[in-house]
Amino acid sequence: MGAGHAHPLYRAGDSVVHRLPAHVKIVVAFVFVLAVVATPREAFAVFGLQFLLLVGVWTVARIPPGWLAARALIEAPFVVLAVLLPFFATGPRVEWMGMSLAVDGLLAGWNILVKGTLGVLVSVTLAATTPLRDLVSGLSRLRVPSMVCVIATLMLRYLEVIAAEARRMRLARVSRGHDPRFVWQLGATVRSVGALFLRSYERGERVHLAMLSRGYTGTMPAFTTASASTATWSVALVPAVAAALLALSGYWVW
Amino acid sequence: MTVPSLEVSGLAFAYPDGHQALFGVDLRIERGERVALLGPNGAGKTTLVLHLNGVHRAGAGTVWVGGMEVTREHVQEIRRRVGIVFQDPDDQLFMPTVADDVAFGPANFGVTEPELALRVKEALEAVGVAELADRSPMHLSGGQRRRAALATVLACDPEILVLDEPSTHLDPVARRELAEVLLGLDRTMLMVTHDLPYALQLCPRSVVIDGGVVVADAPTRDLLADADFLRAHRLELPFGFALD
Repeated sequence: MGAGHAHPLYRAGDSVVHRLPAHVKIVVAFVFVLAVVATPREAFAVFGLQFLLLVGVWTVARIPPGWLAARALIEAPFVVLAVLLPFFATGPRVEWMGMSLAVDGLLAGWNILVKGTLGVLVSVTLAATTPLRDLVSGLSRLRVPSMVCVIATLMLRYLEVIAAEARRMRLARVSRGHDPRFVWQLGATVRSVGALFLRSYERGERVHLAMLSRGYTGTMPAFTTASASTATWSVALVPAVAAALLALSGYWVW
Repeated sequence: MTVPSLEVSGLAFAYPDGHQALFGVDLRIERGERVALLGPNGAGKTTLVLHLNGVHRAGAGTVWVGGMEVTREHVQEIRRRVGIVFQDPDDQLFMPTVADDVAFGPANFGVTEPELALRVKEALEAVGVAELADRSPMHLSGGQRRRAALATVLACDPEILVLDEPSTHLDPVARRELAEVLLGLDRTMLMVTHDLPYALQLCPRSVVIDGGVVVADAPTRDLLADADFLRAHRLELPFGFALD
């Protein structure tokens, strides 16, 4: 399912990971991220092992690491913050290559960097193996309030429509000699953002009318999504439980 | 006498701001008829259409659909019976895939699996886009989108199909293909349009609304041949067309 509704983070495939029901994958990813976050920051080896677990998942899902790395770049702004921390934090300091670094800052930076990276990699893995529409139906299966799911569904659909509308409006401005590089022409851009908002609002009204006309009464009809057997759950939860056990071991062993 | 698909009697309506849009409209459409609803902009066509499925409540007069009066209690059944295909398919197709969208209406009206899947399949086949079931509406051509929007309504098995400007934004081929689909449906139809040749092609009978009242109800061909009448109501055949 979901062919033709690909998003840039999705990588079509037919692996065990791809075939898992979306709600199972959401739970597994959530538990995995919780485990990473709960790991003490000094337990360096645990993070390495958790990373290896992820590598295992990628191998099963046949996702090349380079493909993932490119999409994990979204993390970059946070990395900058993590790198700055050792320089600006207070407390005891160490000398390293002629630089004076705060120990606390180093650990805090490392904490952000490693947990952020693992978290992003888990999310990208989930997105890479699950089409958007399955993610939404997975959320609704996990009892996320139906209004939130309706909003997510409509957003997925109309983001593209509104973006196309914005492109057309920009083209129409540019065709009439508008060049927003000049500050005094910014006004037109701002006004067209306002116009876009009004148009989107009116479209919302029309969509609602069309939904009412087909019997919408405030709740989306429940479309059947595949349920997961106990066996599926127990296999799928292996990486998440392993990550959680590793996190726990971090408190005693390291 | 058989029950007509649609019967409107003495329908009057004013918007909350006081603007009176309809001044007593009478209209009767028999089962299986295809009728064009013509009239200049602001004549009250859309207002009338929104009365048919209970979005607007009549200020005075009544509307019956297949013998059932449009009232608050019946509004859900009325909305199943009146299938409105809106002018912009992007307003109608809001789900991630075409199949989900076609399933939306019947699911709201209580159709469940396996019947639901069958309805979706039949509706998509009726408009000739069965292969698009799993596609996103965003990635369809204008003509495909229009036909998918039609399928979303057909899946509800309506008593009367109401089409709002079905031919807008369609290229000539898509326009003709849609006409072929519509002619093949064998359903009661009310088509709101400015496209007079399309009305002639699809609807043997036309009703003209102007100033909130029905000013003509006659065979489409006779109406379109009456140049004085057309001029009086801001209707005009495209350049190069003439009927006699």
